[in-house]
Amino acid sequence: MSDTATVPALQEHVHGPLKHQFDDIAQQHEADTLGMWLFLATEVMFFGGMFTGYSIYRSQYHEAFAAASNHLDLLMGTINTGVLIGSSLTMAMAVHAAALGRRRALIICLIATMVLGCGFLGIKAYEYHHKFVENLVPGPNFHFEGNSARETEVFYSFYFAMTGLHAIHMIIGVGILAVLTFYAWWRGFHPQNKHIEITGLYWHFVDIVWIFLFPLLYLVGHHEK
Amino acid sequence: MSDHIVPIRTYFVIFMTLLIFTLITVGVALVDLGRFNVVVALAIAGIKATLVVLFFMHVRWSSPLTKIFIAASLFWLAILLGFTAADYISRAWTPLGLSW
Repeated sequence: MSDTATVPALQEHVHGPLKHQFDDIAQQHEADTLGMWLFLATEVMFFGGMFTGYSIYRSQYHEAFAAASNHLDLLMGTINTGVLIGSSLTMAMAVHAAALGRRRALIICLIATMVLGCGFLGIKAYEYHHKFVENLVPGPNFHFEGNSARETEVFYSFYFAMTGLHAIHMIIGVGILAVLTFYAWWRGFHPQNKHIEITGLYWHFVDIVWIFLFPLLYLVGHHEK
Repeated sequence: MSDHIVPIRTYFVIFMTLLIFTLITVGVALVDLGRFNVVVALAIAGIKATLVVLFFMHVRWSSPLTKIFIAASLFWLAILLGFTAADYISRAWTPLGLSW
């Protein structure tokens, strides 16, 4: 290694990107990607159970779900959808920067993704706060005008369970990004290293879950208003 | 292969498309289409999810094995949704007497 060795080259020298159990880097990439996709397949079933439950109850309590949905903040939901799609863009750009070995761009994109992710969680927290103030949180203090209060409470149970589980995934994602940002700043990533890419897969998956949650929770009742 | 490097421009085009679809889905939700409102909303969500999977998650350039993994997860999800729906839909068809 010469003195002008760049950070990626230095890291390759310390411990190369190819793990000893793989024949070559292509095989290792394939294994990395498949491992994350296998995990995401289990996540599809995890969220799928909730979506199934939601679908059944919505078919049973159609009017109550529409009325309850109209009490969600459509503007905040729409803004949050935009924020999350924006975070997916910066995540994709981080993967791009990592593949080209551009360390500075990588760190900026990772930080931007975390900022947008935290922005999403902040807006979500604001919405949760309003639901607490309006007594729309399932439990002894739940109060909803009209004669289908029990059915709307079911809707809000789904709302908090599904968005809550989604928010937990976001928090974990921001945590992983924070660790990766630290490593990127500390010693950089070799372009062949796939940590950023498979984290990106997870982040985009969480975005996709929201893409389905948004219409099902926020939009289902608006035309009946 | 996963080494394929997608130009940044593609990401911006997908990002703008996703934002436009979000505005369309909100706009359509305010128009009364009866029971087709939820169909349109889910169709748009499906298009958005497909764009994210193909471009942001690079599946368009992924190996066939990765694509099989994704297809398998969707297949199991279809079993979960389909069989549960079949149960609830068909319950009303054969009312069971108390003696059953």
